[in-house]
Amino acid sequence: MNETALKELLYKIADDQLILGHRNSEWTGFGPLLEEDIAFSSMAQDKVGQSYALYQMLQTLSEKDPDTVAFMRNSDQFHNSILVELPNGEYDFSLIRHFLYDTAEAIRFEMLSESSYQPLADISKKIRAELRYHTLHANTWVKQLGSATEESISRLQRSLDLAMPYALGMFEESPYEKELISSKIFGGEKELKDRWVKKVETIIAQTQLNLPDWKTLQPVTGGRAGKHSEYLQPLLDEMSEVFKIDPTAEW
Amino acid sequence: MLTREQVYTWLEEVKDPEIPVLSLVDLGVITDVQITANDVFIEMTPTFVGCPALDFMKQDIHETLSRHGVDRVTIEVTFRKAWNSDLITEKGKAALKKFGLAPPPSRELFTELDVLEHAACPRCNGTDTELRNTFGPTLCRSIHYCNTCREAFEQFKPL
Repeated sequence: MNETALKELLYKIADDQLILGHRNSEWTGFGPLLEEDIAFSSMAQDKVGQSYALYQMLQTLSEKDPDTVAFMRNSDQFHNSILVELPNGEYDFSLIRHFLYDTAEAIRFEMLSESSYQPLADISKKIRAELRYHTLHANTWVKQLGSATEESISRLQRSLDLAMPYALGMFEESPYEKELISSKIFGGEKELKDRWVKKVETIIAQTQLNLPDWKTLQPVTGGRAGKHSEYLQPLLDEMSEVFKIDPTAEW
Repeated sequence: MLTREQVYTWLEEVKDPEIPVLSLVDLGVITDVQITANDVFIEMTPTFVGCPALDFMKQDIHETLSRHGVDRVTIEVTFRKAWNSDLITEKGKAALKKFGLAPPPSRELFTELDVLEHAACPRCNGTDTELRNTFGPTLCRSIHYCNTCREAFEQFKPL
């Protein structure tokens, strides 16, 4: 087993979950209605908890402890996609991002539940089941608001157009793509993207929204290699502010 | 002579910190107990990966077994035998209902949102109910409304 390739894979998945979990938590107290406030807060708790479990797995592979990994790295050491670090914007953008991201994540963990690295396969089966509630939530709201009023449709359409190049950046390939596929640790970003496109098309077809032409879209990449937008470092500064006051504190 | 059965009996005293009528054994999160000489090895798994009550449960297991004179306890948290809602025992489901929480329907049925739409009300058993939110006050609960009782209730989510 190529441990470097495995770690790179675990880091990017865990970082995606942590950063989007943090963005989701920014809705706590600000949701457009109480139910959505609870939903985004619960998904935040799920995602941050899932990232913690993956950082623990990295610790068994001789990486630092989860708190250090989560709170002490700079933005150029994070491997999340740029999609998840973008500011929440208004509810329509958060919903579209949640839909595009969780659709991919549900398929990613479905693929990983067949991983040759058994601890990853075990936890992926579990996370996959939990993510079902996230995709149900996203699909329900996208279908409803994507066919509701002129305003809801135009808002979702604008956010969809804005988010799509970033969403394609989720599938930026790892330098170890071939090793991951040949060692059956992960089926690869290409397969994931193809399955994601089909799923996204199925849901959007049930709305009055239009998908942009895939061929003309230019993916926004760089996140997997630590090249981020200007939005990640301020997020990390805020997330780690309390931890950094006294990293040795007992909680 | 310490036996697995004895340890399981004591573990019945350890309750879910958020649902004080439900033991960890009935919740289905204790996946194995092994005894070697005087050492007790317990394998457990969380209901949800992000469950914040896990550390509390582990501490509670240590304290409870210690009260029974068992101090050499090792607890391993793993996902080898991951939790799902069908692992809640019949006794556990009855306890949930008595506590006012609708027990989860079989997860085999949970292929569409529809199965959540008309959860049976734990008060009147009626199914003239509505799903209000698939997310609730804790990760493992959803929020519903009973049109007969005209009151909200929560369901332990199928997973």
